[in-house]
Amino acid sequence: MFKLYSFLLLFSVSSSLIAADIPAIAAASSMKFALNDIVDAFHKETGKTVRISYSSSGNLTRQIQQGAPYQLFLSANNQYINQLYQRQLTENKGISFALGRLALLSNKSIPLDPSNQLDGLKAMLQQQEIHHFAIANPTHAPYGIAAREVLKNQGLWQLIQEHLVLGENAAQATQFVSSGAAEMALVSYSLALAPAIQKTTHSVLISSALHKPLNQAAVLLKNAGDTAKLFFRFLQQDESRQILSHYGYSKP
Amino acid sequence: MDWLALTLSIKLSLVTLLFLLPIGIVFGRYLAYKQFFGKSLLQTLLTLPLVLPPTVLGYYMLVAFSPNQGLGLWLANTFGARLVFNFEGLVLASIIFNLPFAIQPMQRAFAAIPREIREAAACCGMSPGRILWKIELPLAWQGIVSAMVMCFAHTLGEFGIVLMVGGNIPAETQTIAISIYDRVQAFDDQAASIMSLSLLLFSMLTISLTYWLTERSETKHV
Repeated sequence: MFKLYSFLLLFSVSSSLIAADIPAIAAASSMKFALNDIVDAFHKETGKTVRISYSSSGNLTRQIQQGAPYQLFLSANNQYINQLYQRQLTENKGISFALGRLALLSNKSIPLDPSNQLDGLKAMLQQQEIHHFAIANPTHAPYGIAAREVLKNQGLWQLIQEHLVLGENAAQATQFVSSGAAEMALVSYSLALAPAIQKTTHSVLISSALHKPLNQAAVLLKNAGDTAKLFFRFLQQDESRQILSHYGYSKP
Repeated sequence: MDWLALTLSIKLSLVTLLFLLPIGIVFGRYLAYKQFFGKSLLQTLLTLPLVLPPTVLGYYMLVAFSPNQGLGLWLANTFGARLVFNFEGLVLASIIFNLPFAIQPMQRAFAAIPREIREAAACCGMSPGRILWKIELPLAWQGIVSAMVMCFAHTLGEFGIVLMVGGNIPAETQTIAISIYDRVQAFDDQAASIMSLSLLLFSMLTISLTYWLTERSETKHV
């Protein structure tokens, strides 16, 4: 019995040591599908792999400040990275590796107005065709902040209040629409372009003039190991750039 | 301090109790007295929420109440009812989630009433309703109160499912637990700590009040 117990103990400890070679990476949920493809490409090329935790950038920043053991942080804006830099949790201010865009996403049961300025939305709201309009939570999700900016710039913010539901992050706001719980959402274009999402939704790219640029930024944290550094470099190479442009990201 | 969120949480807890009190009494009493085919299956189902991760229930609610298909479509068309992103949806989730917390203590309390007492009352010509009101409830009331307190506290602390199907709408689904989480994410530690402390004190107050009431009644009965 004791032998079995010590074997199990040894096994669990050693397996966690092996896992230590696979760095933990924190990434904005809006990058989910694009980044999964990049991780696959990275694995094919180097044979190495990484573990990714997706959440809102603000939530991840919070976790990193509390000492979460991430080695690389991919944020949907650079403010959060600056915040970490000021607290001396990173060596530098990192890099902007892509520019994100917003999309108006609608469930297939709802006709989508093709304008990139949200022209038809006001009428739809007034005619009560939309019960729930989802955005990511603007208190800690960059795409939520951008969505609020767009709605304010187009004079829709007051009107939309009674319809507004907040996703914990951009991916949850997207899920609300793909499941049909909400009719429409303003989320990242990269999520709207994912095949799994396109099955149940339509999307329209929103004019980038309506919000501040969404710089997708990456920074190595102080405890970054070799694999994390390798992945950080891979992110800036052609293969990654191709995947990113496939998901609607442009060059910064 | 987010008073809107606190009142919403208390309202949610109270409305949940309103539904669970009769449900708990009916099911607890039935399970305590009766033997029937499928009893263990029913008990398994009613205990399930105790071990089920809230996210499982959240997932099924999202699927079931999606207005695109099946039950959700029917509800939306027939009643105009939508159970995702609104207070009624949270009430339903709380009721399901608290079933074991309501039923089990009540079942134990009813089971502890000696059968002879109930039979004696029936022999004296008391109607079943009168037996329940005059004999069973006074004897089982401590179990009922403690069940209600557990449900109240449990609902107040509900988080995972609200995050999944709530949509964070002020005065509708933004409960105090969600509001605290939001403040923490927004790096507003001061607000988070004030709210957490209030919730801590409020929970302690509620529970100690109930214990005090129960003990006082015990000494009174003896």
